[in-house]
Amino acid sequence: MKTRILNLIKIALKAIVLNKMRTLLTMLGIIIGVASVIAMLAIGEGSKQSIRDEISSMGSNMINIRPGADMRGGVRMNPSEMQSLKLKDYEALKEEASLLAYVTPQVSGSGQSINGANNWPTSIYGVNPEYLDIKIWDLEDGSMFTNAEVRSAAKVAVIGQTVAENLFTNGEDPIGKMIRFNSIPFKIIGVLSEKGESNFGQDQDDVILAPYTTVQKRILAIDYIQSIVASAISEEDAQGAVDEISTILRRQHDIGSNENDDFNVFSMDELISTFSSTSEMLTVLLVAIASISLLIGGIGIMNIMYVSVKERTREIGLRMSVGAKGSDILLQFLIEAILISVTGGLIGVILGFTATLFIKGVLGWPTIITSYSVIVSFFVCAVTGIFFGWYPARKASALDPITALRYE
Amino acid sequence: MGDEIVHALKGVSLDIHEGEFVTIMGSSGSGKSTMLNILGCLDSPSSGSYLIDGVPVNSLNRNELATIRNEKIGFIFQAYNLLPRTTAIENVELPLIYNNKISSEERHRRAVAALEMVGLGERLDHTPAQLSGGQQQRVAIARSLVNDPVIILADEATGNLDTRTSYEIMSLFQELNRKGKTIAFVTHEPDIAEFSGRTVILKDGHIIKDEINTDINDAARELAALPKEDHE
Repeated sequence: MKTRILNLIKIALKAIVLNKMRTLLTMLGIIIGVASVIAMLAIGEGSKQSIRDEISSMGSNMINIRPGADMRGGVRMNPSEMQSLKLKDYEALKEEASLLAYVTPQVSGSGQSINGANNWPTSIYGVNPEYLDIKIWDLEDGSMFTNAEVRSAAKVAVIGQTVAENLFTNGEDPIGKMIRFNSIPFKIIGVLSEKGESNFGQDQDDVILAPYTTVQKRILAIDYIQSIVASAISEEDAQGAVDEISTILRRQHDIGSNENDDFNVFSMDELISTFSSTSEMLTVLLVAIASISLLIGGIGIMNIMYVSVKERTREIGLRMSVGAKGSDILLQFLIEAILISVTGGLIGVILGFTATLFIKGVLGWPTIITSYSVIVSFFVCAVTGIFFGWYPARKASALDPITALRYE
Repeated sequence: MGDEIVHALKGVSLDIHEGEFVTIMGSSGSGKSTMLNILGCLDSPSSGSYLIDGVPVNSLNRNELATIRNEKIGFIFQAYNLLPRTTAIENVELPLIYNNKISSEERHRRAVAALEMVGLGERLDHTPAQLSGGQQQRVAIARSLVNDPVIILADEATGNLDTRTSYEIMSLFQELNRKGKTIAFVTHEPDIAEFSGRTVILKDGHIIKDEINTDINDAARELAALPKEDHE
């Protein structure tokens, strides 16, 4: 049996080698199919991972609490205009929530920042010092404002890189300088390290941080807070922390058991799964398209094998007349089809790796080649060979030797 | 669809003995192709029986027929039927590839021996395109010998060859017959029949003549008698 298969493999190899050009053209469909499946999966996997990393870099344990969909007399309120989050909510969370590592209130406003002749439109975030721990953010220079400065509503600020570059164009040290935001003077005590663009296209360095008390009183003139940002003590505790926050806030807001929350709690986990599912859908789409080319490659194999069987009818007749059984002929053509598709698959894998490296190197897209994508596409190739090689091979094996011998 | 049953052979009874050189003749439609197909186990008779080397063939299935062909029969065709772009030695090895009992060393050894027997020991690695018609037919003869068959079946084996080369090939057949090979040679050329020891003539599916040839012509002598000419 072993020698039989070995002999048939030799015969099939010979046929492939004798028809190099045709074999190569047949393989091309499979090569392109496999390469594109691998490249598409690598792009999909890469973008999924980069979204995950991006969100994690924003603080993977981060939890956002915002005023939520509430109905007042049948009117749905715009969440940003709602004033349901109060400082005492923040204080309650700070004191009671056991699964939260850091908590800060957050108020924000936008406006024009001015330093002498330079001005720059930006946003100001009113937070407490824990904000940097939540965001996993460092200072490049200077220091963060203190809790004492928060209590006294000091007019101090820490600025992001983009703001620093635009207000201090001559490269002078911003620390200790006075700038104005919406005509309120702030003393710069720190510069944040560069964080870059977020996945959502937002420049995270275009920001000024100031004590929330200062922003509340001087800039916005409000006594409520727009949102609370917190971080769970660990990623595993994020969901528990979300539940804990809900319980505390429902009690704080006197919400009855059959009433809806007037706030929303988002954990990064949910964000990750939301964005992952989008990119997952995209991956499925890309792979579906790539699979179609693999299918067409398979049909190409069937087509060529079919022509090959027709063309070699006399050869088949001869082989049968010297004692080849139907199964010998069947296996010969099947092995030929499998060899073509598996070789095509191997070349496709190599091409897929090359294409992926090219995409990463030249286009700068994040890509990750997963072992399962290689294994699956390779497996699909072998199956394609068997599936599409079967019919022509079966046809060849069923030939009548007399008719085949005299076939013109 | 008007499937008419045609009895290509009717009431034919024929014995071919070991070591015989039989010519089977007949015009087209005489049933000689059918006769050859049955003798070669490519087809089995719809009624009656055929025994080869003592084995009844009627009850055998496709695979068993293939095994019989592989072990007991050597075919030679009018159009040589060599695999293109394949060397002489590989062409000759072909029947043995389908016999798992024979190792590749044994296969090679036997193919070389067969090619030496037909006088092509020097051209083992030539492809059909590099060989003349006569040489191609010699490769085909070597292929028919390689499995040491109980009978060699030649179907118009000189049909595509000129007179000189035909005589060369017939001379080779006579030589093989002298060495004990059983040969059944199908042809429609009467002068070819003179080289065999027995002539069977078919007409309309019946044997109309079956006689021993007492005056066998020697192909080698005929060849020598041909006017000298430049060839090859």
